[in-house]
Amino acid sequence: MKISHKYVPVIILLGGVILFQLISTLSGIEYILTQMTMAGYYAMVIIGLTMLMGYTGQISLGHAGFFAIGGYTSAVLTTQNLAALKGTGLADFIMNSGLSVSMTDTYGQELVYLSPWISLTLAILITIIVAFLIGIPILKLKGHYLAMATLGFGTIIYRIVLGAGIFGEADGISEVPAFPVLGGLSISGDSALRIENYYIAWFVLGVGVLLLINLVNSRAGRALRSIHGSEDAASAMGVDTARYKLAIFVLSAVYAAVGGVLLTHFNGGIGPSEASIMKSVRYVAIVAVGGMANLWGALIMGVLLNFLSLRGYFGSYDDAFFGVILIVIMLFFPDGLLTRDNFKGLKQKIQRLIAREKRTAE
Amino acid sequence: MSILEVENLNRSFGGLHAVNDVTFDVMPKQIKAVIGPNGAGKTTLFNLIAGALESDSGEVKFQGTRITNLPSHRVAEQGIARTFQNIKLYSNMTVLENVMIGRHVRTGAGFFAGLMNFPKTWKEEREIHEKSMELIEMLGIAELADSDATSLAFGQQRTVEFARALAMEPELLLLDEPAAGLNIYETAEIAETIRKIRDWGITILIIEHDMSLVMDISDEITVLSSGKKIAEGLPEEIQRNEEVIKIYLGEEDA
Repeated sequence: MKISHKYVPVIILLGGVILFQLISTLSGIEYILTQMTMAGYYAMVIIGLTMLMGYTGQISLGHAGFFAIGGYTSAVLTTQNLAALKGTGLADFIMNSGLSVSMTDTYGQELVYLSPWISLTLAILITIIVAFLIGIPILKLKGHYLAMATLGFGTIIYRIVLGAGIFGEADGISEVPAFPVLGGLSISGDSALRIENYYIAWFVLGVGVLLLINLVNSRAGRALRSIHGSEDAASAMGVDTARYKLAIFVLSAVYAAVGGVLLTHFNGGIGPSEASIMKSVRYVAIVAVGGMANLWGALIMGVLLNFLSLRGYFGSYDDAFFGVILIVIMLFFPDGLLTRDNFKGLKQKIQRLIAREKRTAE
Repeated sequence: MSILEVENLNRSFGGLHAVNDVTFDVMPKQIKAVIGPNGAGKTTLFNLIAGALESDSGEVKFQGTRITNLPSHRVAEQGIARTFQNIKLYSNMTVLENVMIGRHVRTGAGFFAGLMNFPKTWKEEREIHEKSMELIEMLGIAELADSDATSLAFGQQRTVEFARALAMEPELLLLDEPAAGLNIYETAEIAETIRKIRDWGITILIIEHDMSLVMDISDEITVLSSGKKIAEGLPEEIQRNEEVIKIYLGEEDA
């Protein structure tokens, strides 16, 4: 049994995360940890989507929608000043039962808001319900029919956050408060907490990937992979394919929503572009580059490409860049870029080149 | 007492009556074959029993329980395993992992247990691993355990499918043209395996085109033609049956 073997990359990841922080701090470019933090939260969407797409073989072009459901739910719930609502039943209940966080704003006004722990919980619950209700009918579809249905879902969410007053229309929601985690630690864009936030994000991502590694190698994980391999054969083996597809759809939606909630508190706001179709396409492109059924590839690419994009390396052609990636991958590596087969192929090519060099040298 | 009873089963596709009022049963621990020329409705009948298709009318009973029109995964839970004519292995998994899927119906760890990997889950995993390993050893493909299942030779892939089905510890094994695409040596090996499986106490229902294989291994044969049952009996009886001879010779003439 490869029980401990599969956790080796987790330890390498831990070392890498610490090393990255030390190097960036020592070389005076600590500010890039901010983008590494954001990339970490985006990578939550990517690893969840990898389980759905790569391992189970079901596409979703609507995962930015789930990210937005998470982010917007928490943003709406935590930006209502409960101090102003004192006297109403619900506000009093929340304040008296310890479900709120209070602080004074820059003008010395008392500010009381719903604890982000509660809004996170509610965001997850809402995501589960939405993913469940959407998933039941559309997961009966296959291939490009499923792609189009999820695209439709993504479009709906995008137009809702863009159009509804409660979601701030084109401006989105700003002044989302910090997310107090433990003691003095909180998820916020405060530059004094930059290193702490980097570690919080990577802790969340680390736990996220650890759970999925467990899943891939479990009875349920094999059932998911068998659906990808052959849905007929999976059900002939007793796998309730509809149930498993729904479960992984919901789980991947929850991963996206958690990423959305935490990034919204880190950024202090969220805008409608987070729900856009281009964001969903970008997530799909990154899963493909990562090697489809390769959690580690997805994690590495999810962080790397989001980091480069956030640092502005792709300039105004950001979305175009991801479009190009998608075309290139679909043309030349339809099974994904970072796959075992591609590595094997590369190794053979290099070996052949070396052999040829040797021969010519002789 | 028969293990599988098929009563007046019907299924049409548009104007084609693919399975027409078919009735037969399978006795425990026997090898029963359903034969017939191309288009006789064998595969349709097979899919109706396995839950891959729904019937228009009629009944299928397994160990006395009605399983008519249950979805495939529920049929599998009842203790019926199957193989596919055009082999359906999971391309993205190793031989061992393919066989481990067979343990799905005999184990219970759910989604949450998978995520958390509880100590209790390890125990079950170890059991799944051991049972699957044991099985591929018994079928002589242990050295292929870590190979990519779909990269194997056709005959080996068929054996993997057998192993996967047997991992379910089924009461009844449905074999859909197990000799399709195999050469005579591989067919002989498959015949040997099928007999071995019967001797383990598993009932087998086989649909087959290859007459020599069927005559060689079957305890009883049902013959279908144009969706209807036209004969039933021991292999010797079927070989002498004039209607059967006519159908098969007629087909060879064409």
